[in-house]
Amino acid sequence: MEHYLNLAIKAIFVENLALAFFLGMCSFLACSKKVNTALGLGAAVIFVQSVTVPINNVIYNRLLDEGALSWISPQLAGQDLSFLGFLCYIGTIAAMVQIVEMTLDRFFPALYAALGVFLPLIAVNCAILGGSLFMVERTYTLTESAVFGLGSGIGWAMAIVALASIRERLHYSNIPMSLRGLGMTFVLSGLMAIGFMAFGGIQL
Amino acid sequence: MRAILDSLGEHFEPGGRLERLYPLYEAADTFLYTPGSSTRGASHVRDGLDVKRMMVTVVVALLPCVAMAMYNTGYQANLAISMGANPLDTWQTATLGYLGYAAFDPADIAGCLLHGALYYLPVLLVTFAVGGNCEALFSIVRKHEINEGFLVTGMLFPLVLPPTIPLWQVALGIAFGVIVGKEIFGGTGMNIFNPALMSRAFLFFAYPAQISGDRVWIAADTSVDGTSGATWLAQAAVDGPATFSAGVTWMDAFLGLVPGSMGETSTLACLIGAAVLVLTGIGSWRVMVSGVVGSYLMVQLLNAVGSTTNPLLNVPFEWHVVLGGWAFGLVFMATDPVSSAHTNAGRYVYGFLIGVLAILIRVINPAFPEGMMLAILFMNMFASLIDHFVVQANVKRRKARYAA
Repeated sequence: MEHYLNLAIKAIFVENLALAFFLGMCSFLACSKKVNTALGLGAAVIFVQSVTVPINNVIYNRLLDEGALSWISPQLAGQDLSFLGFLCYIGTIAAMVQIVEMTLDRFFPALYAALGVFLPLIAVNCAILGGSLFMVERTYTLTESAVFGLGSGIGWAMAIVALASIRERLHYSNIPMSLRGLGMTFVLSGLMAIGFMAFGGIQL
Repeated sequence: MRAILDSLGEHFEPGGRLERLYPLYEAADTFLYTPGSSTRGASHVRDGLDVKRMMVTVVVALLPCVAMAMYNTGYQANLAISMGANPLDTWQTATLGYLGYAAFDPADIAGCLLHGALYYLPVLLVTFAVGGNCEALFSIVRKHEINEGFLVTGMLFPLVLPPTIPLWQVALGIAFGVIVGKEIFGGTGMNIFNPALMSRAFLFFAYPAQISGDRVWIAADTSVDGTSGATWLAQAAVDGPATFSAGVTWMDAFLGLVPGSMGETSTLACLIGAAVLVLTGIGSWRVMVSGVVGSYLMVQLLNAVGSTTNPLLNVPFEWHVVLGGWAFGLVFMATDPVSSAHTNAGRYVYGFLIGVLAILIRVINPAFPEGMMLAILFMNMFASLIDHFVVQANVKRRKARYAA
């Protein structure tokens, strides 16, 4: 249990996908204008991430890895299909995003409209694919990948919500013309990353 | 004085020769005298307290810390030297020699003060020269007033630095803090992160060798003999509570007679500052109180968990509050009215989380024994989010009330 807790804390704070690895920057910068939009996108990412990482874990361990197919027939033990990795992971992610999209369209049309093109773009969000690839690289078990998926999703959502609330407050600031908008957001992400460095180096 | 200012003033008025430098004149004028203009329009606040007076009050609250900074820096250096360390081969040592204080006697208060001042004042001067110029440059180009926000930043920054910090790093750090941490957001009152903390964090991550470790905290060469230059917090990370039984007293740490950043060792000086801030209503007591509660609960939790591999887990609460920058950070940095939460309910949450995080980072992150600074910086990031939720909850409550 303690092991999983450590893993979750690590995924949320120490190896925050947005502010330690700078993954998923496009939607991080584009969808952080309002807190409510950011909350919605964050929730969507948490969901997609915590579903796709375990599924991809199963796909990798049961279909793609060298010798993974031996459960079908011992003759297939020598097959290594890991070159199909990217294709399969993206496929899973795209399918999941479709489900989220249809759900939001049906039940939360306002949020659906606010997220706009960035919802389908979760499918190609590098944070999501990054999560799956980290899972493979670090050889997580199924439970570990579920915890990691959930944790990294929460970490990313936390970062974008914090950024959105700061950007809402920046309406009261007097930023130089040349820095308004995205320029300031880039600077802010840098400053936030310094804040997140507080957790850098924690060994769990 | 008034006459001189007025006669100079015409050059700075619109149309005068030095029109572009008006902010500099305005700053000097209103720093010395009450501003001549008053609020126009409907919202007229009749109060002697404006941003300038407020910032000056903070500076007054900082004075005990400044005094302790000078005394303790010298005291620590003299103590180490009297115990066998070599004086540093610097102009400070040479100056002390000329003035006849080369005995390095830790019992000599004037000697200690002088020795410390020789390290503290250059850092302070560089901070104000570089940071003040950045600030002036921005206000001239962007045509806003220079105000005393920088005065506080400039006072805070040297106090959280070790005495041996190279001056070029001081200049770089304060320039980063003032420009990136504050001015590009539009100046005082509009920044998200505390500029003094931003400066220190920048130096901390960019040049860790000069701002952490065991060698930087005492202005003397401690490498030659057995005397340790480590802060007590760093020692506690190795020895745990045993550190505090080996001939050191809680009172020393409370008064601030321990190695550390120049101005943040003395909890007593911070308490005096806290009293000034709370009495004048400038620092938020909500942040301070909830910060203390947060730290207390966190320490109790960690003590209860205990650990054999990480001795810091067993350090009791009364030691946590007197070591490192805990008190200084909570009193002067966390209560910064600009970068902390703006709602009263939000301030409780904000302070509480700072208290919890400071202890947590301090204890479980071996890389950064000083958790206070990073905890505040981290919570600066979430202050506006806390406010957002407080405001939303309020909106909801009022809606419910009027719907009925």
